[in-house]
Amino acid sequence: MPSTTSGTVRPAAISAEGWGWRHAGRVQPAIQGLDLRIEPGERVLLLGPSGAGKSTLLHALAGVLGDEEDDSDETGSLLIDGATPREQRGRAGLMQQDPETQVVLSRVGDDVAFGAENLAVPRDEIWARVHEALDDVGLRTAAGGGLALDHPTAALSGGQKQRLALAGILAMRPGLILLDEPTANLDPAGVLEVRDAVNRCLDKTGATLVVVEHRVSVWKDVVDRIVVLQPGSAGAGSGTGPGTGVLLDGPPDKVLSEARSMLMAAGVWVPGYVPATRGRSNETPAAQLLLAAQDLSVSREKPRRKGFKTIPPIPVQTGISAQVRAGQALTITGPNGAGKSTFALTLAGLLAPVDGKVSAAVELSEGAGIDPFRWKADQLISRIGTVFQEPEHQFVTGKVLDELMFGPKHLGHGGERVDELLERLRLTHLVDANPYTLSGGEKRRLSVATVLAAHPKILVLDEPTFGQDANTWAELASFLSELLDAGTAVVSVTHDQEFSAVLGGTELRLDPANRAQPDRQEAGAV
Amino acid sequence: MRNQLNLGGNHALLTKANPLAKFVAVFLISLVLALSIDWVSASTAIVAELALFPLAGLTLRLLWQRAWPLIIAAAIGGWSTAIVAADSGAVLLDVGLWSISEGSLELGLGFMLRGLAIALPAILLMTCTDPTDLADALAQKAKLPHRFVLGSLAAMRLVGLMAEEWQTIGMARRARGVGSQGNPFQRLKATLGQSFGLLVQAVRRASRLAVTMEARGFGGGRRTWARESTYSLLDAWVVLGGLLIAAGAVLTAVGAGTWSFVWR
Repeated sequence: MPSTTSGTVRPAAISAEGWGWRHAGRVQPAIQGLDLRIEPGERVLLLGPSGAGKSTLLHALAGVLGDEEDDSDETGSLLIDGATPREQRGRAGLMQQDPETQVVLSRVGDDVAFGAENLAVPRDEIWARVHEALDDVGLRTAAGGGLALDHPTAALSGGQKQRLALAGILAMRPGLILLDEPTANLDPAGVLEVRDAVNRCLDKTGATLVVVEHRVSVWKDVVDRIVVLQPGSAGAGSGTGPGTGVLLDGPPDKVLSEARSMLMAAGVWVPGYVPATRGRSNETPAAQLLLAAQDLSVSREKPRRKGFKTIPPIPVQTGISAQVRAGQALTITGPNGAGKSTFALTLAGLLAPVDGKVSAAVELSEGAGIDPFRWKADQLISRIGTVFQEPEHQFVTGKVLDELMFGPKHLGHGGERVDELLERLRLTHLVDANPYTLSGGEKRRLSVATVLAAHPKILVLDEPTFGQDANTWAELASFLSELLDAGTAVVSVTHDQEFSAVLGGTELRLDPANRAQPDRQEAGAV
Repeated sequence: MRNQLNLGGNHALLTKANPLAKFVAVFLISLVLALSIDWVSASTAIVAELALFPLAGLTLRLLWQRAWPLIIAAAIGGWSTAIVAADSGAVLLDVGLWSISEGSLELGLGFMLRGLAIALPAILLMTCTDPTDLADALAQKAKLPHRFVLGSLAAMRLVGLMAEEWQTIGMARRARGVGSQGNPFQRLKATLGQSFGLLVQAVRRASRLAVTMEARGFGGGRRTWARESTYSLLDAWVVLGGLLIAAGAVLTAVGAGTWSFVWR
């Protein structure tokens, strides 16, 4: 059945002439004066500082940008094979960053079929394409999960979800594949999974590729051309590069060697570049014990009621013991699904342990009791501060300054530390801004600052470096190393080895292998 | 929560019936039961419905696990009807303001049984129907607009996600010092804040999902269906079964002389 229809992909050509776009409700255009030609079958990595309009360009090519009715504004022309993207549904396929929103339907086969259905492909042909696409992205090999067509999509890992999205795109037989930071939310194994699947599919179909991604090393060997966009509205007219709006354009090695320092300054993760950070200076091995986990079993779920019975949740991880000491780093590593974040949240007093216990030493609890989960919210924040993976989850006010003052105000003291944090994390110019409108790096810095404003003795961070550019990464690592030297304990959940190398301390590795499975049948029945 | 959106290994006979046929059968039973308030028709329907449990892959234990709030609500409803309704016949129990008579007890019992008899078919339907199949049937057979049907189906997947997000936001806010303790006003304020946070995330996710769907060509005029929603002989039996249960309930009640229209 496979490969009966694979010959039908016709690689797409892209041409932009003086193209620009202003989003509805914005004064400045997101991108303007872009001149760019991409030949059929080319594979292009699109780089540029944040705010250069990379995502806007990808959305426009996918034909999903704005509508005639709203007051957004298009200038110049952007064409795929000589026609506007909107007129050619299915000619381009787009994958975005958040795996959860790349899945549309609840069964694997149905989800892959969705795009082809919308393009009115005949039923028999759809299923032939579905089988072929799932094979091509490697989701049906034993190593890739060996998924059946009716496998629930909710049960997939992030990397599997992104490969599923790729399969859904392939089933539309697009001539152009657009990837908008497709691996930013994935663990290292997931990143390679997705990258290799994309590479295989391009080799097979010959489709044109445009990918946006900070981590150049991931895509360097897949692409044959790198285009660096000029920052934001400064684009038009300055014309230093091959075309306006484009700063640099050429084969990967050439662009990377010519622009290495410029790209590094812009925070791009150029291959082989680990940003300079401040090292640890006074790691003391026998520091004060603050918090200990003993034989801990953890789960995000609460005990459930089934009729009159109370059923304890199934732990994702059991038998964890760890110690948190003043001025020392504890790094929690391991593959996705091993319960790393769940353990960190339990340690931080945000989840109740399923079994075992978390106990705070007197030096930490200062009279609040031994169990952090039982502390009141304001007792907690002055002892253990937790920075979540998604900064927006923690915003509680509408202004950066209020956000920083929130903790201190609740604790009844002034914001002595706030000015220092603003200065140190380069947020001073943003004090009046709305937290939700900040860039990714700014949001991350703000979320760390807000938690530290309450002066906790322990700082817990969940994947603090996920999706961050090299500049924010370096700042964060240096700042945390400073905090550690000053005596704060830092617990971080991370896949980032360079990051944990900067912080030093001990590593706790969790593997899904020792997952306990009592009452599996019982739980599966509901 | 997210696992409840598919059938989770239920392969019972009724899972193979067309959702629309099951829907019609449920509608017939509910319609008839809504017409009368006697206990005979309701009991007949309940007995017939219980007999259908194995066909739908439902067990009494599963029913209790899923629907215990409903069952308790029906019991409480019946009990309060029994003590509050106007007395008729011999008085069985009299405690000052409250009294239970033969008439009010019968009314209360009828009320409780009716609640269960109407709820059971809906629970049966949910147990043996996959939402995706339901959407297919609604769009292909009932000819509802596919944009609306598939949009709702995709959004439903997000609802489960939002339940997880609610918990995460709750923890994230506790980590900022927003506790769920204090007086009711403070609690209300905390809940409102958490709801706002959830709303922001829901809107973000929904718009990203909308982009994903649009980028896969959703929203155009003509589309094909990978899964054909078909009728089979089984569906005729399902509708007939619904009809039989409805008719059986009416006939037994009329025969027993207990049938009474609600509006009389």
